[in-house]
Amino acid sequence: MTTTAAYGTVERTAQKQDPGAAPKKRRPGWLRRVSLPYLLLLPALLLELLVHLVPMVIGIVVSFRELTQFYIRDWTTAPWNGLGNYEIAVDFDAPVGEALLKSFFTTCLFTVLSVGLCWLLGAAAAIFLQESFRGRGLLRTIFLVPYALPVYAAVITWAFMFQRDNGLVNHVIHDQLGLTDSPPFWLIGDNAFFTLLIVSVWKGWPFAFLIIMAGLQNIPREMYEAAALDGAGIWQQIRRITMPSLRPVNQVLVLVLFLWTFNDFNTPFVLFGKAAPESADLISLHIYQSSFQTWNFGTGSAMSVLLLLFLLLVTGVYLALTSRGRKATDG
Amino acid sequence: MRRSRVASIAAVTLSLVLASAACGGGSTGSEGGSNEQPKTLTYWASNQGASLEVDKKVLQPELDKFEKETGIKVKLEVVPWSDLLNRILTATTSGQGPDVLNIGNTWSASLQATGALLPWDAKNFEAIGGKDRFVDSALGSTGTQGQDPAAVPLYSMAYALYYNKKMFADAGIEKPPATWSELTDVGEKLSKNGKWALGAEGSNLSNNIHQVFVLGKQHGADFFTPDGKADFTSDGAVAAVKQYVDFMAKDKIIAPGNAEYAQNQSLSDFAKDKTAMVLWQTASATFKSLGMNEDEWGVAPAPVQSGTPGTGTNTNSMVAGINMAVFKNTKNIDGAKKFVKFMTSDEEQKILNSAYGSIPPVKSAQEDPAFDSPALKVLRDTLATSATALPQVPEESQFETVVGTAVKELFADAAAGRKVTTESVRAKLEKAEQQMSTS
Amino acid sequence: MAEPRSPMAAPQSFLWSRRIFLTLLTGFVLLPVYVMISSSLKPLEDVSGKFTWLPSGLTVRPYFDIWETVPLADYFVNSLIVAGAATVCSVTIAVFAAYAVSRYNFRGKRVFTVTVLSTQMFPGILFLLPLFLIYVNIGNATGIALFGSRGGLIITYLTFSLPFSIWMLIGYFDSVPRDLDEAAKVDGCGPLGALFRVVVPAAIPGIVAVAVYAFMTAWGEVLFASVMTNDTTRTLAVGLQGYSTQNDVYWNQIMAASLVVSLPVVAGFLLLQRYLVAGLTAGAVK
Repeated sequence: MTTTAAYGTVERTAQKQDPGAAPKKRRPGWLRRVSLPYLLLLPALLLELLVHLVPMVIGIVVSFRELTQFYIRDWTTAPWNGLGNYEIAVDFDAPVGEALLKSFFTTCLFTVLSVGLCWLLGAAAAIFLQESFRGRGLLRTIFLVPYALPVYAAVITWAFMFQRDNGLVNHVIHDQLGLTDSPPFWLIGDNAFFTLLIVSVWKGWPFAFLIIMAGLQNIPREMYEAAALDGAGIWQQIRRITMPSLRPVNQVLVLVLFLWTFNDFNTPFVLFGKAAPESADLISLHIYQSSFQTWNFGTGSAMSVLLLLFLLLVTGVYLALTSRGRKATDG
Repeated sequence: MRRSRVASIAAVTLSLVLASAACGGGSTGSEGGSNEQPKTLTYWASNQGASLEVDKKVLQPELDKFEKETGIKVKLEVVPWSDLLNRILTATTSGQGPDVLNIGNTWSASLQATGALLPWDAKNFEAIGGKDRFVDSALGSTGTQGQDPAAVPLYSMAYALYYNKKMFADAGIEKPPATWSELTDVGEKLSKNGKWALGAEGSNLSNNIHQVFVLGKQHGADFFTPDGKADFTSDGAVAAVKQYVDFMAKDKIIAPGNAEYAQNQSLSDFAKDKTAMVLWQTASATFKSLGMNEDEWGVAPAPVQSGTPGTGTNTNSMVAGINMAVFKNTKNIDGAKKFVKFMTSDEEQKILNSAYGSIPPVKSAQEDPAFDSPALKVLRDTLATSATALPQVPEESQFETVVGTAVKELFADAAAGRKVTTESVRAKLEKAEQQMSTS
Repeated sequence: MAEPRSPMAAPQSFLWSRRIFLTLLTGFVLLPVYVMISSSLKPLEDVSGKFTWLPSGLTVRPYFDIWETVPLADYFVNSLIVAGAATVCSVTIAVFAAYAVSRYNFRGKRVFTVTVLSTQMFPGILFLLPLFLIYVNIGNATGIALFGSRGGLIITYLTFSLPFSIWMLIGYFDSVPRDLDEAAKVDGCGPLGALFRVVVPAAIPGIVAVAVYAFMTAWGEVLFASVMTNDTTRTLAVGLQGYSTQNDVYWNQIMAASLVVSLPVVAGFLLLQRYLVAGLTAGAVK
């Protein structure tokens, strides 16, 4: 039931017109009817196979091997290591496992906060911009600017602003507002977590905005009119019509943001360089350090496989829960 | 119909998996390289000049010269430092790489362990004019001791103490410090009114390693045992790391803000008269681009604990530099060797090293008057008499990552006003060492 | 332009929250942009100094230097080709796949959607090396050069955006009423005719949103581009790092170059706006 429920709505709606009712033209017959969906899926499937699935399988194989610089010239010669790489990764009493676990919890907290804020800002902005007013087009463009800037440039600019001695942030809170006794550090130490969060939200929320804005366009106007006739105010309309109508879009959006943020590599890498401060040591950077930096791809792959399993589990549970919730409100 | 499609998809998957599994590395056969394509070479150069474009302008005329001499066309690509190691890694894995490439000399042993690089045995060295043409210290950073070098030295650099003449004059200091105790003494005079004595790049892992490695040498510690095991917690190593971090924590001659520096901000502080000294390798070009005139700064050998720079505990620099390597599976092995010979010839060494502000690792080229300027003379003498290569072990890059991070974290502690004690230093290094042994 | 909400006058509470929220948000969004603009107009030695709201001296030199320091124009063209081609391919393939999932019931549908989604869960860094190997082997076997070429990068990027594109399009397609396809079929359209004449036009905002997403995924990717390109095919995302060299970081030029290359993208967004907000109302009226 975990994953099957996920597609409940899609299935149910699809069934309404499927299978026999669909084409008016009878001639191509069953052959065409059965094979058409597969033909439509084929390009996507082949490409995913090539770029993601096969490399993923190789990655899983590598996670059982001892792949260090001595063997990378021909990875098939790397000796098998059984579960050795996994044992290192989950030995939480030893420094490697302990650091991985810590990094994992940091990433979870970071992801939840970042996704929540991105969605909140995106949804609020999209709803506020739904109705026409002067300057709406301009704002809509401005809001997409963070999305249009190359990641490297955007993040390096934030790093520039968060410098302790010369940055804008400390210039404002320390020099101009006098909120702190001494200028705080933002790129090292415990504050780095908030730095990362701010940059990640700044970079990520326009995507939520974009997707929700597109989703709002599909809500029939009659629904608002009917609600207005019933005497519902604008806040109530948002709660009773906009939010429920956005459900399918939100379901995918939140999942997308979650996976995306969880695996984000570019932001911490550009912000902190090769070694993130412990407070902001995200798992993707951590794995990069455990494989590329130390040339130990076996352990790195094992950590990735564990991550994959975790994300699969979360996704499964998430889809099951959201779909059930959706069914309940629908029916 | 449907079944056959499923079957064909399965077949495609399987063949892809098998293909990628079977052909693993592309480096099968031709262990010593071949001469299938004798007319072309590809060359990955590292970024040595002010920008990638500057490098192309420096190198291209020389490559044209080489083509005129030998008829071999060299395809040049200048690879940024941010990409170089990953590019080499993928080239090694797939067997699709350049024929000749530059590597950071500290990577030599790590890359040597992959077995992808041509070993420079006596015969190969003979082809480029002999091993004894090169300076010993530079040769010491070309691979694990006791094995044939994996690369040939191309450019050399060394650390020196750069000082801001105006700030020294203002504080009434006449000569640059030669020992660490002198440095902390002048440091107290210099560190006031928002100005600081010494700059550091506390978040730059490689730089941290270079500094604590030299201090380690001065405390008689090596970070690796002679048989290549990590040894980060010896008293000497702990003392070295503590001494470096204490410049900020105890002596308070490094500004706390330097703990987060990793983008050469310490150099711009120096150029702005905010910091009086930096320990750096060949910084002159950078000072110039930051708007500093040559007569505004001076160079002195990096300090030692006592006495004058020399060998052993009087080491005052690591051997920094760039090596040139040849991929074993090249299809133009003779041409590749000719190219290395050309690049390490006296004439090219003079041209290239003058262009980049580095020192030639080739003895006869080093004596050229072009490298006699006061700034370069200090570096040259350091390289000749008092520089030591970083540990030549395959785990060098792990060492840089874990110990460099430990130093970074200690700087962060110091900057936040937390105590840095012998115990806390030892604990951090112990953690670093454990990460080495399990990975 | 279509106005989805009822014309009923909004209460003051709504108007004020809107004003405050949008003002704050605009400030947050534009703050780094302001820093970029002001820094790009400063000489290098000023940029690395203490931040000031107003530059003490202005110079436009960085805007000329950026073309000298790195071959910015070449990188820009490469990025445009790679991101453009990846977007077109990705959206087309995603439209087909999403249509199949949205409108048909077939065996393996669940497996397909879950598999496609799961590809997004493996950290990119770990399949970098295997993928590179596969490209090299395909190149050796067939003579098609995938690594180092724009083609390889296009294929890689289009698959990066494909899964989410498919998922999001399924959602958008589901919200297009089925009566519309039925009507088209009654008019004598085949399934593909219904897709292109009815479903696609009605889902234009969603498709545009997905296209923007696909474009930006390819536009900003750093890691794969750094390994799979050489100096003739290098993209902007990687190329911009050329302003930070071993000894110097040309902050002012990084900012100037980012602004210059982002302008066309922002302009593109502006042009696409009207499609972003057209949508169902427009499609239904037709």
